[in-house]
Amino acid sequence: MIVIDDLHKSYGHQQILRACSATVNLGEVVVVCGPSGSGKSTLIKCINGLVPFERGTITVDGVSVSSPKTDLPALRARIGMVFQSFELYPHMTALQNVSLAQIHVLKRSRAEADARSEKILARVGLGDKRDSRPSQLSGGQQQRVSIARALAMDPRAMLFDEPTSALDPEMINEVLEVMQELALEGMTMMVVTHEMGFAQRVADRVLFMDRGQIVEDTPKAQFFTAPASERARQFLTNVLTH
Amino acid sequence: MSDFDWGIIARSSAFLAEGMALSALLVLVATVGGLILGFGLALMRLSSHRWLSVPASTYVTVMRTLPLVLVLFWFYFLVPLAIGRPVGSLTSALLAFVLFEAAFYCEIVRAGISNVRHGQSDAGLATGLRRAQVLRLIILPQALRAMMPLILNQIVIVFQDTSLVYVVSLHDFLTAASVVASRDGRATEMYALVAVVYLVICLGTTKAAEFYRKGLPS
Amino acid sequence: MNYRWDWSILFKDTYMGWLWSGLLWTVIISLASWAVALMVGLLAGTARSSPSRGARLLAGLYIDVFRNVPPLVQLFLWYFVLPEVVPDSFGLWLKRDLPYPEVVTAVVAIGLFAGSRVAEQVRAGIDAVGAPLMPAALATGLRPAQAYRLIVLPLGLRAIVGPLTSEFLITVKLSSLSLTIGVLELTAQSRHVENYTFQGFEAFTFATIGYLVIGLCVTGLMRFIDIRIGGAALRKTPA
Repeated sequence: MIVIDDLHKSYGHQQILRACSATVNLGEVVVVCGPSGSGKSTLIKCINGLVPFERGTITVDGVSVSSPKTDLPALRARIGMVFQSFELYPHMTALQNVSLAQIHVLKRSRAEADARSEKILARVGLGDKRDSRPSQLSGGQQQRVSIARALAMDPRAMLFDEPTSALDPEMINEVLEVMQELALEGMTMMVVTHEMGFAQRVADRVLFMDRGQIVEDTPKAQFFTAPASERARQFLTNVLTH
Repeated sequence: MSDFDWGIIARSSAFLAEGMALSALLVLVATVGGLILGFGLALMRLSSHRWLSVPASTYVTVMRTLPLVLVLFWFYFLVPLAIGRPVGSLTSALLAFVLFEAAFYCEIVRAGISNVRHGQSDAGLATGLRRAQVLRLIILPQALRAMMPLILNQIVIVFQDTSLVYVVSLHDFLTAASVVASRDGRATEMYALVAVVYLVICLGTTKAAEFYRKGLPS
Repeated sequence: MNYRWDWSILFKDTYMGWLWSGLLWTVIISLASWAVALMVGLLAGTARSSPSRGARLLAGLYIDVFRNVPPLVQLFLWYFVLPEVVPDSFGLWLKRDLPYPEVVTAVVAIGLFAGSRVAEQVRAGIDAVGAPLMPAALATGLRPAQAYRLIVLPLGLRAIVGPLTSEFLITVKLSSLSLTIGVLELTAQSRHVENYTFQGFEAFTFATIGYLVIGLCVTGLMRFIDIRIGGAALRKTPA
């Protein structure tokens, strides 16, 4: 589904990603973790072409992301993305947030889009918030709306960029629950997160990144019981003892 | 104070009103034209293509460094030359105003657009919207709200600027008043009136802009 | 377009003399007006943010009135109206004995208008950079007046050097208004040359370049000062 091959990315002189290769198969849930500044967010933003890269290839659903012939908007429409800071459109209601791209990208009629949006808002537990503005919602609710916004496009895969890092502790679970449900339904997911409990429950594989490299790419069980690298072991001790 | 003749204001009111109408026309044309052109310039300045951004920012810098009086003279001289026949000073003044104020509106629009969080455009792009759609549906509505007080302030400045057409002998409000002042030797009355009228209109608009700004969510 | 270029007019004694003297007057009026604007602006701006209610009101009145009447109208008020409404002897002195009456009037008018704009920048700088430190200063035991004088004011003033650059540039541009009362500064002289020679292109180009060079100098100078006193860093760090 997603194939990353020999990816290099730098900002000016600073090398952010080097020689990253990984694969996410259909229906798989892959968790990406690692210390901050290790390049996780950059990696996930390369996948739908939000961040350009200078070397290597990424293919999504058989389509190359960096090829100039690729219709990037069409490709992005098939990949849902959820951001750390929600990025809901503040000038629109929850419903309008979810309907916008359906109307302007999928060319659904407003009525059709709104009906679909309502269903999905109900599914993430926010059926009664359709007319609320983002500023009237809690962080957890906003992040659930933003998941709904991505789901409304009927994506083939979902990317999550630290979806719970900006949330107060008591709101983290309501978002993780929605994500867990998605995973159980068989959604292909790539999730950058520090929530190791979530990884333990639903991940198929774990990618561990450090200083721009994918240091480990292992099945979940092995990562938590016997990580191969010293750096991953240290990271796990730090995260799990907190 | 018994020497003053405030009746002069009533007697010349029709003439002054005509002047005010011209001032209003200048403000309207400069603002509408300046905003449209300024919007285009702002998009050019924000572009990642240097062949778009460099000419636009050069234009803005030059216009912002020149006094409007000089720009008015330039156009007063250039427009007839370019067209090949004499045109009224109104045409060249209108052109000068649009091209001059566009530089200032450009900076307002640019600030408005770049103050919208970068993540907003990422979020729109990630759902498959095209750049133009992201700009129109997500960025501009947010930018416009933040820009409104600044646009109102700029309109106040444009209104004050219109008084400069005095130098090309167009009868705006100030010039009309100065004509009466020197014809009837009533400078004190006329300029006092002009000052009060400008003060009321400009202060009112400024306060409205402040009020609007305070009502905005930060 | 039918135009006979003749750049040589810029080097003919008479016209070159006019243009350079115009440039000189523009520089003199700009600098003098800026000095007035800085003095008045700093005074009114600090008064506007000071703890004294009376000072705040007075400064606010000045800023509101002078910012909202067009500078050209203000210039006419100073030049045409003031001598008429003051006591006769002072009016006569203004008309007869004041040296360089047009230049002095222009400097006062432009300086006071620009001063009202500077005052707003000063107030904004103090509010944004200095004022948030008030509680911390009070917590160390300083009295409010001390905290204001030692912490809030100096930091606020340092932060505004950058924003003041554009006010300085505006003052330079405002100096051109003085041509309406007969000062032969740069714009006036370029018009003058155009009227005499019909070589508008050459004359206005000289003036344009003159303003651009002044603009570059002002920007460079202010940036130098800003870097020396660390103003940019103050504006960036959120308080």
